[in-house]
Amino acid sequence: MSDLTRLHAHEMASRLRAGDVSSRELTDRHLDAAEAGNRALNAWLSIDRDRALGEADAADTRIAEARRTGAAALGDLAPLTGIPVALKDLVSLQGGQCTAGSRILEGYRAPYDAHITERLRMAGAVILGKTNMDEFAMGSSTEHSAYGPTANPWDLERVPGGSSGGSAAAVAAYHSPLSIGTDTGGSIRQPAALCGIVGLKPTYGRVSRYGIVAFASSLDQIGPFARDSRDAAALLHAIAGRDDRDSTSSPVPVPDALLRLPASDDEAAASVKGKRLGLPREYFVAGMEPGVEARVREAVAALEAAGAIVEEVSLPHTDYGLATYYIVAPAEASANLARYDGIRFGPRLGDGDVLSNYLATRGQGFGVEVKRRIMLGTYALSAGYYDAYYLKAQKVRTLIKGDFDALWAQGFDALVAPTSPTVAFRFGAKMADPVAMYLSDACTLPVNMAGLPGISIPCGLSDGLPVGLQFIGAPWSEAELFGLSRAYEAITADAPWRGVEPADLAASITPGSSTPAERAAIPATA
Amino acid sequence: MATLSRSDVEHVAHLARLGLTDEELTRLEGQLNHILDQYAILAGLATDDIPPTAQTIELENILREDIVRPSLPAAAVLANAPARQGEFIVVPSILDER
Repeated sequence: MSDLTRLHAHEMASRLRAGDVSSRELTDRHLDAAEAGNRALNAWLSIDRDRALGEADAADTRIAEARRTGAAALGDLAPLTGIPVALKDLVSLQGGQCTAGSRILEGYRAPYDAHITERLRMAGAVILGKTNMDEFAMGSSTEHSAYGPTANPWDLERVPGGSSGGSAAAVAAYHSPLSIGTDTGGSIRQPAALCGIVGLKPTYGRVSRYGIVAFASSLDQIGPFARDSRDAAALLHAIAGRDDRDSTSSPVPVPDALLRLPASDDEAAASVKGKRLGLPREYFVAGMEPGVEARVREAVAALEAAGAIVEEVSLPHTDYGLATYYIVAPAEASANLARYDGIRFGPRLGDGDVLSNYLATRGQGFGVEVKRRIMLGTYALSAGYYDAYYLKAQKVRTLIKGDFDALWAQGFDALVAPTSPTVAFRFGAKMADPVAMYLSDACTLPVNMAGLPGISIPCGLSDGLPVGLQFIGAPWSEAELFGLSRAYEAITADAPWRGVEPADLAASITPGSSTPAERAAIPATA
Repeated sequence: MATLSRSDVEHVAHLARLGLTDEELTRLEGQLNHILDQYAILAGLATDDIPPTAQTIELENILREDIVRPSLPAAAVLANAPARQGEFIVVPSILDER
């Protein structure tokens, strides 16, 4: 294959070890692709060529050393040695920017590495740069970035989903084989679905959030994007595990099975035989596009044909998820975002007394969606309303979690559902109505409320745009979810849609193309 | 459930230390009420006997070893401050007397 950017990370790993390619070559090609496509896509907020090539050279030195030493040393090389990865721009990378998509962090330089940044370095990965996102991860389209929206490589007039839209678009457009996102209500799975790639939200507590810009601390998780299950599982393996700097990170062991998903399609497909999957009827929501429902039902039929046992199940409190989430998440955000006060970092606006500094810095530094959520959260927590909103929502959260627990108690291996009720939508389609935007996450946010792992994988196209299939599992069942997604990949390995590349890939690298901001023309009042 | 008036919106903005324009306050009044309407669905659900869930994994009393570790160097922390003097961050005075 002539184009190195089309390789999966596990293929890159084999070639690096065989000496067929260097990390410098891989890194250079991906940087070229990212730089060529970024005007049209705006997937990246920063690309650091010099640092990335330095890391690539260091990886090449380690690989050369191992090759001289012998097969055992090659086997001992860290799994991601020499392989490019992108970070969502809310992950601290020492000395690098970390805007969280907000003006209020403009100019901020992270004084330390996040835990997952340290882990990626230990795993040998080469960090290419930082990707675009909805401001403070609040949004489902990446249109709420202060640095302009990201476009979807499948259709440059459409959104990539969000909030981790830059990370998803970068992987879909072959700028990087791997990227990191965060998921508070669907912000990994929904953009993975809309961009036609794999994205997993781990169990709450699986990955340390130390060094990540916080949004809603009882919901936030960090997870991987990739173009297949094996790559995403390897990336999760690299970042997961206990860290004493995040007291919510769990000591539950990270299974090495994540590094051993079957390479053989026959073996992978056979593993689904006898698996008991629940199909939650409430996830086929009103407003779901017929093409999305059709692809998901076809995928379920394919799993059944391969030997899975699929039963329709009920998650009776699903309809309460949206309201519950939009109390809990803004309430926690309003507390977390109190730290952005213009005192210790970021621009300080206003003059005179400290109150005028606060009002100006926060009023002008935050964008419309962030202000809306801070207002909602502050109200829900304010005197006289706490019981009616926040406490009520936490009680409903117990019911939502209980729905899932009941199914695990009945012995279901996983649930299978749509990821998003729609394919990628046009810029501006949901900007005027916050509630319409919030509905994009109707099928993903209950999973966060219950702290469960969920994965989205591509399951075909509707009107030429990707559709996502979601598997939801019991706590700590990420390896089982990857087993199912790998099985589905094997079952559909020969499906015609698997060979279809994002339709606007060529347009995205056309010199002089328009920017997403120009195409979107987002009204300032949205 | 409650309806937010313009003065409620102004009060919440003050609590949140958000300096909002008149136009923003007007728009938020409509949008917040529209969102609060969505919350009404919760009122119909009986939850008197349901304990709240604050966090979904049952970790308790997580303590770390009491070991002295280096903190970030002061210079690295101060580098991001918008106003500083020596080893201090400069802030407006918060007391009347100067």
